[in-house]
Amino acid sequence: MFEVRVQQHDFSLEAEVNQLRQQAPGAGAVVAFVGLVRELGEARQIEQLVLEHYPQMTENSLRQIVEEARQRWPLLAARVVHRVGALTPAEQIVLVTTATVHRHDAFAAAEFIMDFLKTSAPFWKKEQGVSGAHWIDARDSDQRARERWQR
Amino acid sequence: MKICYFARVREALGLDHELLQPPPQVDRVDRLMAHLIAARGPLWAEVLDPERILVAVNQQIAAFDTPIGADDEVAFFPPMTGG
Repeated sequence: MFEVRVQQHDFSLEAEVNQLRQQAPGAGAVVAFVGLVRELGEARQIEQLVLEHYPQMTENSLRQIVEEARQRWPLLAARVVHRVGALTPAEQIVLVTTATVHRHDAFAAAEFIMDFLKTSAPFWKKEQGVSGAHWIDARDSDQRARERWQR
Repeated sequence: MKICYFARVREALGLDHELLQPPPQVDRVDRLMAHLIAARGPLWAEVLDPERILVAVNQQIAAFDTPIGADDEVAFFPPMTGG
């Protein structure tokens, strides 16, 4: 019902959502967000995006975020899949999908999970382009996106 | 004590983890940072800058005054950029 996974290989949006639906009888809404590798970094063409993580911490941290979402919204099921390793532009990086009785809860919970994942799950992105490689800096806008959920 | 380094911190220090037996007075994260900086010099002072890094103790985000002991795992890394 509530599942988090970290993996190198790609995921199938359709397969993940179908499994979620089977785990959420009575659901009236499913929201699925997919994050992709952008083609352009900081004004540069990206050839590859490498995602590093802290293996012993990552899944626990994702589970805590989903747990926090469950305390705020009546979620029937939720699933987070995050990829690590080397990815190329337009590839899928992350899936957050939620199932609820009514759509507002599914939208809000999915957005909440993404906003927290960005700033509290131990992943780091490194861009590699024609002009070299550099670590992506954390964005203030991501921090603000998270802070607006504080109650 | 196991100490882990990730992302930019790992690359700057050229180290992904190490096992260390610090002296008994090194009983908090900030004291561990001061101990490492004193022993290893300016590069470590630059990288272990509390304004620019986060710390986890036993895989949980922690404050710099968190108590630590010989059996703990301490990790230093930059702010997260997942998603």
